[in-house]
Amino acid sequence: MTDTAAQPAPTGRAARLRSSANREQLLLLAGIPVLVLVVLGGWVAWRLTADLDDIEARQLAWDAIGRLTWQHVRLTVVATVLVLLIAVPLGIMLTRRGFSRAAPLVVGVANIGQAAPAIGLVVLFAIWLGFDFWTAIVAFTLYGILPVLRNTIVGLQGVDATLVEAGRGMGMSAAEVLWRIELPLAVPVIMAGVRTALVLVVGVASFATFIDAGGLGALIQTGITLFRTSVLVSGGLLIALLALVVDWLGRVLETAVRPKGL
Amino acid sequence: MTDQPISGVDLELVDVTKSYPGQERPAVDGLTLHVPAGEIVMFIGPSGCGKTTSLKMINRLIEPTSGTITIGGDDVRKQKVDELRRHIGYVIQGGSLFPHMTVAQNIALVPKLLKWDDKRVEARVDELLDLVNLDPGRYRDRYPRELSGGQQQRVGVARGLASDPPVVLMDEPFGAVDPITRSRLQDELMSIQSELRKTIVCVTHDIDEAVKLGDRICILQEGAQVAQYDTPEHVLAAPANRFVEDFVGAGSGLKQLTLTRVDDIELRSWPTASVGEPVAEVLARAGQAGESSVIVLDQRRRPRAWCWVRDLEGQDRVPPPAGDEVLGVDRRATLNDALDDMLSSSYGAAVVTGRRDEFLGVVDFASVTRHIQETAQQVEASAGSGPDGTERT
Ligand SMILES: Nc1ncnc2c1ncn2[C@@H]1O[C@H](COP(=O)(O)OP(=O)(O)OP(=O)(O)O)[C@@H](O)[C@H]1O
Ligand SMILES: [Mg+2]
Repeated sequence: MTDTAAQPAPTGRAARLRSSANREQLLLLAGIPVLVLVVLGGWVAWRLTADLDDIEARQLAWDAIGRLTWQHVRLTVVATVLVLLIAVPLGIMLTRRGFSRAAPLVVGVANIGQAAPAIGLVVLFAIWLGFDFWTAIVAFTLYGILPVLRNTIVGLQGVDATLVEAGRGMGMSAAEVLWRIELPLAVPVIMAGVRTALVLVVGVASFATFIDAGGLGALIQTGITLFRTSVLVSGGLLIALLALVVDWLGRVLETAVRPKGL
Repeated sequence: MTDQPISGVDLELVDVTKSYPGQERPAVDGLTLHVPAGEIVMFIGPSGCGKTTSLKMINRLIEPTSGTITIGGDDVRKQKVDELRRHIGYVIQGGSLFPHMTVAQNIALVPKLLKWDDKRVEARVDELLDLVNLDPGRYRDRYPRELSGGQQQRVGVARGLASDPPVVLMDEPFGAVDPITRSRLQDELMSIQSELRKTIVCVTHDIDEAVKLGDRICILQEGAQVAQYDTPEHVLAAPANRFVEDFVGAGSGLKQLTLTRVDDIELRSWPTASVGEPVAEVLARAGQAGESSVIVLDQRRRPRAWCWVRDLEGQDRVPPPAGDEVLGVDRRATLNDALDDMLSSSYGAAVVTGRRDEFLGVVDFASVTRHIQETAQQVEASAGSGPDGTERT
């Protein structure tokens, strides 16, 4: 009879699952930077010592690499911010009463947006809107909306309905329940979508070069047209490293904004 | 109950009906009910009979199709819905605490919505945690998942009482915890209620809970038709019809166990031991009383553990008990609870505690069985002679 109800709730399997998930997360948080630094160090060492011809040397000049990287990052960040500004409010709206019926339709459209080959999307938009930075941004934003939109909807729908009702029953307005209960509880799922979008956009931003909008894709393009494998591989490698860094930043952000207590 | 001032107000439902779209028959069909200020009314009835629907119409989580509901004479539809709800306590199964908020944040929600200043909110949180027997210093900053089911439920009750609402609605508040914890929570609710005297409407599935907690029981049939609305004593002694009779169940003699409080029978003393006390003194006391076990009390005289005398022998001082749970049943608990408690312990007696969980004494099996026999004899005697007694079996 002694302990009427003493054990804290998380016991057994659930706790073990949680802690193993935590361990995986920690491993990635610590491991990714190490991997990136090692590979980047290797590439820099190669770049410093390799015997490069004129074209290679010009393409792989430090300032050129820096400029392309900066363009790539800018494309990614701007597109992702736009994705957030569009997809999260849209997702919220589609989970409100009255609009929820439109949700499958909108997700369907977003699905098509993503299923279309990215390069096709970029080129089509360029023909329509012109060959510049903002065209690329429009295309990549459309491309990145789906994961964030879908996760916003799924995350909000996943919030226990009794909690929402408890909130309303205590006298919180619909908006207060949204801000203080639904969104915080959906944050982990939404953030996973944001990370997915970030990584997607870093990838497709390589196509920006085809419409003259810059980015590390330029190295790949030149590498192919001028038959310089070293340039091609360098481009691929740097994009992959950037994707890893962005994924890592996404994970850090995910951990940082995850509400305590979940 | 007691002579504490009543903080509840009258609650009145008049011909309240709710028809859900697409359903032939209304879920609640013309419910009329008066709940006097300061009383607990227990709604009980088969699943789907409209208990939850009736309850949620009171705080307008569900809008009635027709009819009127007044709280303290004010029509609930005349008030802004959020404002109305901030002054009605709402407690649901499992506590439904918000997992991303600490215990204190959960409790403070409604007071903050009501724009209380921070000092007042803080003081209120601690006061409420005390009221539900959770040490504020220890539990204030925990997250719900760091609490046991019973503790979460306690916080749920505290949250429901946060703004000191005159009316509290509870939907199967103790449905999700084990029987022993449940009876403890019930005891606590009763002692809270004897202090606060709110108007409480509580839905339950458990007739024993209804009998134990209710000043009145409202037994509902399909469509929230009132089968009987009366005190537990009357419902048990004189079921209004076959439906109630079936619902209450046979053996109403044994049901008397849920009507009798531990308070009503004499408590026995039992040797106790304080944490840190020299074992020799404890052994002497136990020997004098002729018992082979003692009850370990903490500094606040709360019973914390049973301890066999033979386990103490060879030790110098009484060791502190493991865990932080308090033993036993409240003095307001029913004999039924006390029996449960005895059966699950191996010491043949149930520890009885007072309002602040302090040790009062024990009830043992012999005294409970003696009481059952006496009651059975009384019931038989009245059944033989009483005019209404003949209908009972
Ligand atoms: N939102 C709803 N839409 C349509 N029908 C509903 C809705 N909520 C409840 N009902 C129906 O109304 C009736 C009463 O439901 P209610 O939830 O009030 O029952 P209850 O007495 O609380 O049952 P339980 O004991 O199982 O909780 C049931 O037949 C149920 O199917
Ligand atoms: Mg119900």
